[in-house]
Amino acid sequence: MNALHVTRQTRLSLTTLILLMPALVLLTAAPWWAGRADLRLMGEIALYMSLATLWNLLAGYAGLVSVGQQAYVGLGAYVFFALTLLAGVHPLAALPLLMLVGAGMSATAAVLLFRLRGAYFAIGSWVLAEVFRLTFAQVSALGGGSGISLPPAVVRALSDDRWMREAMAWWLALGAAALVIGVVVLFLRSRNGVALTAIRDNELAARSLGIDVWRTKFTVYVAVGALTTLIGALIFLQKLRISPDAAFSVNDWTAFVIFIVVIGGLGTIEGPIIGTLVFFALRQTLADLGTIYLIALGLVAIAVMLWAPRGLWGLVRDRWGLEIFPLSRRVAGLNEKGH
Amino acid sequence: MPDPVLNIDALDAHYGDFQALHGVTMQVTAGEVLALIGANGAGKTTLLRAVAGLLRSRSGAILWQGRPIGALRADQIAALGIAMVPEGRLLFDSLTVEENLIIGGQLGRRGPWTLERVQTLFPILRERRHFPANALSGGQQQMVAIGRALMANPELILMDEISLGLAPVVIRQIYDALPAIVAEGLTAIIVEQDITRALSVSHRIYCLQEGRVALTGPSVDVTRDAIARAYFGV
Amino acid sequence: MEWINAIAQGVLLGGLYALFAAGLSLIFGIMRLVNIAHGDLIVLSAYVALTVTLALGLHPLLALVLVVPGMALFGYALQRLILNRAMGEDILPPLLVTFGLSVIIQNALLTGYSADPQKLDAGWIETASVQAGPLVLGVMPLLVFACAVAVIGALQWMFYRTALGRAFRATSDRQDIAQLMGLNRAHVFAMAMALCLAVTALAGVFLGIRTAFDPAGGSARLIYGFEAVIIGGLGNLWGTLAGGVILGVAQTVGATIHPGFQVLAGHLVFLAILAVRPRGLFPRREE
Repeated sequence: MNALHVTRQTRLSLTTLILLMPALVLLTAAPWWAGRADLRLMGEIALYMSLATLWNLLAGYAGLVSVGQQAYVGLGAYVFFALTLLAGVHPLAALPLLMLVGAGMSATAAVLLFRLRGAYFAIGSWVLAEVFRLTFAQVSALGGGSGISLPPAVVRALSDDRWMREAMAWWLALGAAALVIGVVVLFLRSRNGVALTAIRDNELAARSLGIDVWRTKFTVYVAVGALTTLIGALIFLQKLRISPDAAFSVNDWTAFVIFIVVIGGLGTIEGPIIGTLVFFALRQTLADLGTIYLIALGLVAIAVMLWAPRGLWGLVRDRWGLEIFPLSRRVAGLNEKGH
Repeated sequence: MPDPVLNIDALDAHYGDFQALHGVTMQVTAGEVLALIGANGAGKTTLLRAVAGLLRSRSGAILWQGRPIGALRADQIAALGIAMVPEGRLLFDSLTVEENLIIGGQLGRRGPWTLERVQTLFPILRERRHFPANALSGGQQQMVAIGRALMANPELILMDEISLGLAPVVIRQIYDALPAIVAEGLTAIIVEQDITRALSVSHRIYCLQEGRVALTGPSVDVTRDAIARAYFGV
Repeated sequence: MEWINAIAQGVLLGGLYALFAAGLSLIFGIMRLVNIAHGDLIVLSAYVALTVTLALGLHPLLALVLVVPGMALFGYALQRLILNRAMGEDILPPLLVTFGLSVIIQNALLTGYSADPQKLDAGWIETASVQAGPLVLGVMPLLVFACAVAVIGALQWMFYRTALGRAFRATSDRQDIAQLMGLNRAHVFAMAMALCLAVTALAGVFLGIRTAFDPAGGSARLIYGFEAVIIGGLGNLWGTLAGGVILGVAQTVGATIHPGFQVLAGHLVFLAILAVRPRGLFPRREE
């Protein structure tokens, strides 16, 4: 009864998980209660949340500070367009295929990029994204530098009914976000996650404990690469039009994503989720201001980094010790007996 | 006793959650050589780092010539005439021997020490002046580190384990230079593991134990027994 | 002949890239800072020069007299007020802060100057050329290359022969011990950034004379600069010049093969060198 044991559950996290179920049901039912514009916006939020969660796993947990994740967003989008448009693959069948491409590509890239440390890695990953962008700009079958639209026939392959199509786009986005967050939480709770935390805290010590640092980071990088290609495909399934500059935009798919993670709280599961909500709240209220909004976003990100480097969720957690997704291990049974 | 030139009053120091110093109080008079002894982890280096400004503390915890310096940056404290010979020498590897000395004097404080005089004190530093600092032997590097501190023409010099890792003959060579250094009226705080040597070169000793002053007194008066007790807290 | 010409033009283009890179090399070497906004600062310099030439009717090269010290002052303030707060062991804070700065500069330029491409008008010198054997070389590219060599030579001299250079090297070696010597790290870093932006201003003006520029053009310049630094090997300024030349030649030769390959060829050469020599061709011996 009063034996010590390690637990990851807090009462709050249990409550949240119970509340999460009806929320998920409610969100799944969104096509019946939300308007078309709202549905699109929610889809975009879900996809940005996924990108932020993935980048957070990469930079916040694995210490791989990449500024080139737009490489995989664009790759996913282009492979999706190529498969459906050129090879005539059904859009839903294209998704697992392009994730395989993403995994293969990121595994190859990792072999090269992992030779670089810290800042070199960051810049190297960006150069790789540029190589992808310039290469796809040369593919005239996909519109070259000016890009191409997804023809109605491909879109209709999803469903003939417009409502159904939009509902499916939303379910795909919601499903992808659930998949990404679920995978990341499960990964961090696994042995790999413990290894990752050990590496983040002290790489040398982790190595001496027999943790294969290279393989752990490689696993993370490839998994993130594959999932990012999926998200990229879904983003451009919503947009229906692709161009090299849009698909490989460093601002849209990396800068904003980094801002989201930092504002929300790097190295926490909750941070990217909260950051995404804040980002969209800002965007919906200030987007009319155009460039001023982006300047403000940059200022907020700088201010958070300098004065609250653990982000909004860091502030909340320091203050109240809250944790929605139970990751940290706590020793239970300590306080009851007044040890 | 004359007015202390350095007055440390209830100094605490922390590294994260670990408290390295607990209310250390200490006075040093001008021209005095003070030896700081204690077991590993007793807080000797921490105390020197706090005085030199590498570790910030409460403003009033350290008074130098009557002026609170606890909250100042290391470069501001250096400008007030406190120099440090850090443990492990820590020379600038991208600089030559001579450049290491010159940069020690880059604040331009006036005083007896010039490049010429440092090179006369340690002639090998003149001979090897164009060598990269890391190409010298350990003892020669220690001479560079001491010379670099002297070039600042300090009024207080802090020396942290200047004999660490050196051969006995080299240690003697370096300690032989000490009288010439303090003859200029320089005040010195020396951290030294070798208690016999610490007692023989200093006027007074302070013994730290787990971040607290365990013993203090004139070097000629303290007994081995008292030191052993203060050292190990038995 | 076409190839020899491409190589010659590439070498000269490399001079411009070396100017993009010299400042980066300097601040990375001294304070391990990766400045994502470096390219945007180059473009910003071009816009500042544009404003100065239009407002005062000055020739762009004469405008350097104002733009270079202006950007240097801006660099000092930027480092002292913002970037110094982000410096530390972790590379993420400076990376993020300069990313934020990059977005701010781009959008501020968009607000102030619109997205339309601009150009600095340097008059006759833009089209002047000299005959060198079978080659026709532009006077402006030659001037840029000569400037690059001079700037790198001057930086090298400053770094190894002056008190400021000594302070830079000492701070780069051991920040806390340098502080013990009376060197205020915040000031030393700010001086390095001032120097970096002075070179950046020069690069920006040359860029603006050579080609049209727009607010979004910073990231490409940042990448070229970084590629030159890394190809050449960190901490080696002459290596940076060599890296710029290699990148420039790769690009012009790539463009000769196919116009679409220009930039791509540069990136591929960079990645290939990285694969073979991750620390660049001429790294500084230590570390």
